[in-house]
Amino acid sequence: MSTTQMILNILAIGVPFSVALLLAATGEMFNQRSGVFNLGCEGIMAMGAFAAFLPPFFLKDVLPADAANLLGLGAAVAVGAVLGLLFALVVTVFRAPQGIAGIGLQMLGVGVAGTLFRHYVGGVTGVEGIATIPLPLLSRIPGIGPVFFDLTPVAYAAFLFVPAAWYLLFKTPWGLKVRAVGTHPRAADTMGIDVIRTRFQALALGGALAGLAGAYLSLCQTKMFADDLIAGRGFIAVALVYFGRWHPVGILFGSLLFSLAQSFQLAVQVAGIDFPYEFAVMLPYALVIIVLSLARSSRSRGPAELGKPFNREKRV
Amino acid sequence: MTARFKFAYASAVVLAAAAAAVLVSALVLAAIGVEPFAVFAVILTEPLKDTFGITEILVRSTPLILVALGISIAFRSGVLNIGAEGQIIIGIAAATAVAVSFPGLPKPVLLPLTLLAGAAGGAVWGGIAGTLKAKRDVNEILSTVMLNYIAAQLYGFLLRGPMIDPEELTMGSGTPQSVRLPRAAWLDRLIPGTRLHAGLIIALVLAVLVYVLLWRTTAGFRLRAAGAEPKAARYAGIRVQRSIVAAMLLSGAFAGLAGAVELSGVHRRAIESISSGYGFSGIVVALFAGLNPALIPPAAFFFGLLLLGADMTQRSMSVPANMVYVLQGAIILAIVSAKAVLADQYAREKAYRLYGRIFDRRHPETP
Repeated sequence: MSTTQMILNILAIGVPFSVALLLAATGEMFNQRSGVFNLGCEGIMAMGAFAAFLPPFFLKDVLPADAANLLGLGAAVAVGAVLGLLFALVVTVFRAPQGIAGIGLQMLGVGVAGTLFRHYVGGVTGVEGIATIPLPLLSRIPGIGPVFFDLTPVAYAAFLFVPAAWYLLFKTPWGLKVRAVGTHPRAADTMGIDVIRTRFQALALGGALAGLAGAYLSLCQTKMFADDLIAGRGFIAVALVYFGRWHPVGILFGSLLFSLAQSFQLAVQVAGIDFPYEFAVMLPYALVIIVLSLARSSRSRGPAELGKPFNREKRV
Repeated sequence: MTARFKFAYASAVVLAAAAAAVLVSALVLAAIGVEPFAVFAVILTEPLKDTFGITEILVRSTPLILVALGISIAFRSGVLNIGAEGQIIIGIAAATAVAVSFPGLPKPVLLPLTLLAGAAGGAVWGGIAGTLKAKRDVNEILSTVMLNYIAAQLYGFLLRGPMIDPEELTMGSGTPQSVRLPRAAWLDRLIPGTRLHAGLIIALVLAVLVYVLLWRTTAGFRLRAAGAEPKAARYAGIRVQRSIVAAMLLSGAFAGLAGAVELSGVHRRAIESISSGYGFSGIVVALFAGLNPALIPPAAFFFGLLLLGADMTQRSMSVPANMVYVLQGAIILAIVSAKAVLADQYAREKAYRLYGRIFDRRHPETP
């Protein structure tokens, strides 16, 4: 196998891998920009993956495949948004500490998805899933064509959402509100912005995107559901927000870097290089720690009020 | 504001939180077609029906106490250690390595050495996250979660590779497990015929020691001060960075010790999935006990009961094992919400004014 071919193979596997991370991390970016650190992302992704899996699994004889898949995606987005709102209630209205509440949401999401899955499905079962759609002409470009232009519709949507997220965050009044409540909620409150409501909205959006990320894993990437399907990707997505400096383009870059590392690891295993596979599996997790520890030197500061609850009653 | 109102308000908040946790769990149970309150009844009463059940609760409480003590030290010091699961696993690997390497040593030497090796392994694993937080400002929740995944892979590699029982390769089925520990590294069973072992005593003694450390020593005061108000602590001359590393070392040591105790008291060889989630349950226990070492043993007993009861419902009522995570997640969210609401005096004042408007129309007392 030539080197070029190997690089193209790594890209062809890695680019689709990046979509789930990209979606979840973009959602988490909106959460954190509004000042809320949502570690429950992992749990929301598990619930999203499971919710999306259900219609194609149970309704495969009733509905046409496309309709069932669409229903699955819709269910994942809805479940994600609801869980985002639940988290918003806990951390903005009750003002619970966000780190621990996030771990609680993670356990709850992973637990509920796993419990229902074991009961209704039993073991690991595949679904037909969502097929890739090659774009006309573009996918014919030799080399990079099949890598970037033969993806599932969810993947195209995720990449197109990068500029949309940038526009939403930096060019719309709502984006300004989100950034304001994450940077100086008291000033935002004085200007008549409802801090709590804005955080609820940002968390609903973040949750919906995390749910969609889960749906991508179960319907597009693996085409199945398992208890440990998410395998820490929700936490990696949170780390990618730091890595991407709370900017959609940085997050896109980070997601690609991580998933390429992952597919490089797979390529190494497939190439038959003798290497305990456990160390290959560790790679993305170790990479998160390394990246986080190197990020400080050149870091632009995150949202100033990240992780702090807002209480307008409080005298300052 | 009357004392009676304050008490009623606190009770109402706690009850509402408990009811919310029960409701969420009950909904999930109803969704899988079992009678929720029948399941709760089995979980809460079935394990208590005989001596064997109670010893099994205590067997589960032992690692929970140790992990929760470590978590309390870390949380009190302002470090959110989510990595107990990984620290347990590394502790088990280290303890196994030491016990198996020195089979000839007498028990008074080998047993303490094994347990200390476990604590040291956990301390190293926790210390990585502590150092990264202190030196490079790496979010400890993310680093400890990642270290959990790394530890699981490392442990799998050790059990399938360097540490596998040679007999498994020559005669057995290749099950990834270590050789049996030498008897000199075993913790004694307290009641013959049950799995209850001396680790429980160690855990209870350490609970007292942690209480003394946190509330009766200068070092403990420094840790708590650095956790409560890092800026004020720094101004007072406390080295906050050092306190972070110390807290993670200690916290990891307790988790590693929990692993070593579980290894030498219960399984006596390193096997796959030996920890079965004690690292996460320990967090819930610590929060349930309000991060107070004195309350950790009873809280651990309660969660030992939950874990054993959930096991029983898995067999008798085919409730999936993942249900434990639903219970724990709901309990965490309920506890942190209730605590945050109770700490908010403005919310209480608001509730009092509301109460005044509804029940005492004449002149609501201004707070």
